[in-house]
Amino acid sequence: MRIFDPHIHMTSRTTDDYRAMAANGVQAVVEPAFWLGQPRTNPGSFADYFDSLIGWEPYRAAQFGIRHHATLALNPKEANDPRCRGVLDLLPRYLDKDGVVAVGEIGYDSMTPAEDEAFAAQLALAISYELPALVHTPHRDKAAGTRRTLDVVAESGIEPGRVAVDHLNEVTVGLVRDSGCWMGFSIYPETKMSPPRMVEIIKAYGTERILVNSAADWGHSDPLLTVETGKALLAAGFTADDVDRVLWRNPVEFYGQSGRLDLSETTPGATFAGSSIARGGS
Amino acid sequence: MTLDDLRAALAAVPGREWLDDALARVRTDPDTAGPLFARAERKLGREPLAGDGAWTAGRAARALLLAELADPQRIVTLYQQGDAAERLAVLAALPLLDIGDAGVPLLQDALRTNDARLVAAALGPYAAHLDAATWRQGVVKCVFMGIPLSAVDRLDDRADQELAGMLSALAQERAAAGRRMPDDATALLNRLTVADTSRKQA
Repeated sequence: MRIFDPHIHMTSRTTDDYRAMAANGVQAVVEPAFWLGQPRTNPGSFADYFDSLIGWEPYRAAQFGIRHHATLALNPKEANDPRCRGVLDLLPRYLDKDGVVAVGEIGYDSMTPAEDEAFAAQLALAISYELPALVHTPHRDKAAGTRRTLDVVAESGIEPGRVAVDHLNEVTVGLVRDSGCWMGFSIYPETKMSPPRMVEIIKAYGTERILVNSAADWGHSDPLLTVETGKALLAAGFTADDVDRVLWRNPVEFYGQSGRLDLSETTPGATFAGSSIARGGS
Repeated sequence: MTLDDLRAALAAVPGREWLDDALARVRTDPDTAGPLFARAERKLGREPLAGDGAWTAGRAARALLLAELADPQRIVTLYQQGDAAERLAVLAALPLLDIGDAGVPLLQDALRTNDARLVAAALGPYAAHLDAATWRQGVVKCVFMGIPLSAVDRLDDRADQELAGMLSALAQERAAAGRRMPDDATALLNRLTVADTSRKQA
C-alpha cells in the first residue's frame, strides 16, 4: 500500500513518526501552513515558519525517503489578529516556490469579517498563481460554515475542481460533493472522522474526489491513521486499486494541478542520508 | 565550470527561450529577479547538465540570472528569501560571481544549518573567503554530519595543525563511545600527523 498523506503538520511531529510512516508505506506528504498552538504576533514569525516548510522540513522528510510539499497561507484563526495581516503581503513571494502546491489552509474559524476578507483575498491569490486551494472548515457551526465556505468559493471564480474542502463528516460531505469541490477527511483517534466511518462514507459516495488525511499535528492525532483507513477499506471488500486511488492517485491528481508536484524518488546520495538527523543532530 | 561553460551547456535545453526572456527582464528591471529566480528550476528542469553532474539545467539558469543581476545586495537577498534549492544555487554560483567578500555571510548562514547539502556547498571554492577558524569548524562539522570531505575545496592546502587537534579530539570521543570515525577523516588526520612529524624532524 503506497500512501500520500495530503494534509499533515510534520513540523509538530517527531523523527520517529517519519520513520514509522515510511515503514508503513507513506511516501509523500503535503504540509499545510496552519497555527502552532501558540498564536503568533507578527509576520516575521510566519516568514520563518514558511521558510521551514520549504527548507528544513522537506530535507528532514527526505532522510526517510518521503517527499514533502507544502501549502502556504494565513490561516483563518490568526487572520483575526491585525498584527498578522501583513502575512498577506508576504505570500506572493512564497507562492512562487517550487515546493508550494496549493494555497492553504484558508477558510473559516469563527466566521468573522476579518476571516471573510483573508479568505477571499487568498482565493484570488490561488487564481493568480494558478494554484489549487486547501480550505479548512470550522469545528464549531460546521454545517453553516461549510455552506458559507462553498458560497465564497463560488463567488471567487476559482474552478471547484481546484478546491479541496477539508475536515468533512457525514453531515457536510453531500454539500461539498454537489459543489464539484474535492472532499477532504481528517481521520482522528477520537474526533473528526474514524476509519470505520470513512469506509461507510466511501461506500455511499464512491472514491472520486475523495482525499483521506491524518491531519496529524501537536494535538491528539496519529500519522498512521491513513494506513489504518486503507486496511479498513480492504477489510470491507474494496480492492487494492480502490485503496490506491483514494490514498495515492487522488492526492496526486489534486495537487498535481499545481504543476509543481515532484514525486521523483528521493536520492539518499544527494542528501547525504545517514548523516546528522539519523545520527541525532549536531 | 565557468559562466561561459554554463551558457554553452544551456544553449539547446528546453526552456532556453524562457531563460533568455528572464535574463532580459532582469537586465531592464532588477526588481523582477525574485519570482524569476524562484521559477527557473521548474522552467529549465532538474536534469543534470552534460559534463558536470553538480549542475542541473535549473541551477545553471539560476547562476546566469545571478550573474546578470551582478548586485551583491540583491544576490544576498535572493539567498535569504530562497528555498533550499535556491540557496544551493546561490552557493554554487558564488565562485563564478564578481562580488568580493559579500557572500561570506551566506556561507556562515549555510554552515549554521543542519542541512548537509548546504553545509557541503558552503565549503566549495568560494570558502577561500572564509577565515581559518570558521573554515575549520566547517570541516569538523562535515566529519560530524558524515559529509564526505571531498566536498571541501583545497582541503589539504588549508588543513593545519589546529584542525588536526580538533579531529584528534573528535576521534578520541568517537573511540570512547565505540563509534568509528569516517575513513576520509582518519586519512586526513594521518596525513596531518605525518606532515607534523616530518616538520619537527626537519
